Amino acid sequence: MTQVEIIKAGLARRYARETRFRMYGLSSIVCGLAFLVFLLVTTGSNGYTALLQTHIGLDIHLLAEDFGDDRSRESLSKANYSGFIKEALRQTFPEVTKRKEKKALYRIMSGGAQYQLREKVMADPSLIGRSVTYWLLADDEVDVFVKGRIDRDVPEKNRRIKDITIGWVDRLAEDGRVEKRFNIPFFTAGDSREPEQAGIFGATMGSIFTMLVTMLLAFPIGVAAAIYLQEFAPKNRITDLLEVNINNLAAVPSIIFGLLGLAIFINAFGLPRSVPLVGGMVLALMTLPTIIISSRAALGAVPPSIREAALGLGASPVQTVLHHVVPLAMPGMLTGTIIGLAQALGESAPLLVIGMVAFIVDVPGGPLDPATALPVQIYLWSDSPERAFVERTSAAIMVLLLFLVAVNGLIVLLRKKFEHRW
Amino acid sequence: MNILSLLFVFFILAPCLMLVALSLSRKNRALRNRVERVIKTFLVACTSIAILTTVGIVLSVLFESIRFFNVIPVTDFLFGLEWSPQTAIRSDQVGSSGAFGAVPLFAGTFLITVIAMFIAVPFGLMSAIYLSEYANRHVRTFGKPLLEILAGIPTVVYGFFAALTVAPMIRNSLESFGMSVSSESALAAGVVMGVMILPFVSSLSDDVINSVPQALRDGSYGLGATRSETVRRVVLPAALPGIVGSVLLAVSRAIGETMIVVMAAGLAANLTANPFESVTTVTVQIVTLLVGDQEFDSPKTLAAFALGLTLFVITLVLNVIALKVVRKYKEQYE
Repeated sequence: MTQVEIIKAGLARRYARETRFRMYGLSSIVCGLAFLVFLLVTTGSNGYTALLQTHIGLDIHLLAEDFGDDRSRESLSKANYSGFIKEALRQTFPEVTKRKEKKALYRIMSGGAQYQLREKVMADPSLIGRSVTYWLLADDEVDVFVKGRIDRDVPEKNRRIKDITIGWVDRLAEDGRVEKRFNIPFFTAGDSREPEQAGIFGATMGSIFTMLVTMLLAFPIGVAAAIYLQEFAPKNRITDLLEVNINNLAAVPSIIFGLLGLAIFINAFGLPRSVPLVGGMVLALMTLPTIIISSRAALGAVPPSIREAALGLGASPVQTVLHHVVPLAMPGMLTGTIIGLAQALGESAPLLVIGMVAFIVDVPGGPLDPATALPVQIYLWSDSPERAFVERTSAAIMVLLLFLVAVNGLIVLLRKKFEHRW
Repeated sequence: MNILSLLFVFFILAPCLMLVALSLSRKNRALRNRVERVIKTFLVACTSIAILTTVGIVLSVLFESIRFFNVIPVTDFLFGLEWSPQTAIRSDQVGSSGAFGAVPLFAGTFLITVIAMFIAVPFGLMSAIYLSEYANRHVRTFGKPLLEILAGIPTVVYGFFAALTVAPMIRNSLESFGMSVSSESALAAGVVMGVMILPFVSSLSDDVINSVPQALRDGSYGLGATRSETVRRVVLPAALPGIVGSVLLAVSRAIGETMIVVMAAGLAANLTANPFESVTTVTVQIVTLLVGDQEFDSPKTLAAFALGLTLFVITLVLNVIALKVVRKYKEQYE
């Protein structure tokens, strides 16, 4: 066989191998993207139902004599609203007489229903003395059942909702008294032990305050450090060390920053636990390297001719940098900052360590109120045993991802608008 | 409110005042020089915060660790085979002393990291090769950012996904083969972590592969090699140091990853190499030891800092080596 024949004989095999290799490459990208789609679809299909919440319509007669004559807010807030709801339930299902069954019957309504009723009455005291249909929150188990996430063919002892409750819910549904309405509390309430009353507003505000502190600290410090390192620092071993140090800091696990915050900010400085201020400070230190590195890149991209022209016209080095170089590098530095903030927004490990993981019902009003953050809220809910928290966790994830999409959209926009190739 | 206003004054108000002062002192040369000196000092102060952070990390974990090692000998911590950090409520309680042998945690961390690397390295490397050597411009402009979305998803989302979807899936499919799988298996956490790290490996390797000079490829094509032969025999060997560096960075990321393992891996310290069993990791234990109320003197709390110190040292060594390797490699072709 000649050389050519040997080569030709192997060609088919080599080409086959070539195609295979190419396919491996393509399929690993496809696998990665398929996983992404799978994750998003699962989260979406688990979470979209949390946008609607089951309400039950009850005919409630608010007897005027139960309120007395006083119509002040204080007196209205003290009336026995849960008694009215129980009475309405008893009238809807008159056959329920046993004490145990009655208790089960009362449990188809949420514990929050009485507060809903109270708010309605306090907003409009003329409701007193009349019989009106009120749509009030159902219990989370009922809600999960109505949304079809509990199979009624499962044996009774294997599910949380019992046959007798299912019977009541079915009868209410036949009367058109079960409705899924937009879940407003999910977006306006703080955390709660009861899934049907739990919302993400408290965690969102916590995240916003945390991000505010992070931004106010990390942006000026990061930009200033980048300006110094890129424009003024002498080239020597100390600067080299600084650079290595910053690169390493960018790769330190985030939980270590939490330990730093716990030992220094909380223990040594005596700052309170669980507050967005400390969370923001820790996250600022964590995002600082990202901001410094990308700001330096942005400053480095500004051509020397700009500096030379400014210096030639008599500007001092500081004036040159602050009046000419920094404004030109600003879009790049802002992009870097936003990337860092997006990282910080999704971060939860350091926040767990500094105690922003407590169960907090109140919506925080400032960076010194105890709070959680959105990712931590997701972690907290994912730990809860109630079935109804699964959809809420997924919905909270969707909100978090939406925030991140918005932030990244901002980055793309910023780049498109201000990107300048020299 | 004190510290808040202090921070505000120093980092927001001060820079603004300096800028105003700079523009006011435009005409007066001597004044300008003085203002500029203040500005430069401010810049140096900001830069030193980066150093102070490192010093702060080292000092905070070191001091608490030393206090811990005063109670528990270092050798017991590093080589002990049992981890059960309960502290007693009553002094005469059974098991009140607690055991702080961290080997099971290291083993668990190692196991999950290895599983993650089994996913991240082949898939990430092949994606990088495809994107840099095969893909046309369109695939590249869309494929790369799409893959990088995976890196932008918060880890708590991966954790929830691993615990709620992947772990039951793995358990059900393997139990149909008659295997017993823990519901918090190392496999689920490892696989999901691998996917999270995949874009990390792929974009770093992509950079590295792109910096291999075109002349090397052209030489190989000229000798009659196919594309895949060029990649395997020329490009990859040339890029190997850089790829090793990026894999090391990915390993350090996997070791320090917290939320996925907190949510999907277990709490019980098992010394096992079986990926279907539940293991715990260093980061999981740090979180469980520190979440909730704690006294700062109990060995239980201090143990978290000792674990933090080990974690910091390991990841630091990996990072330093990796960054050095990558830097050297890039200089080679510049």
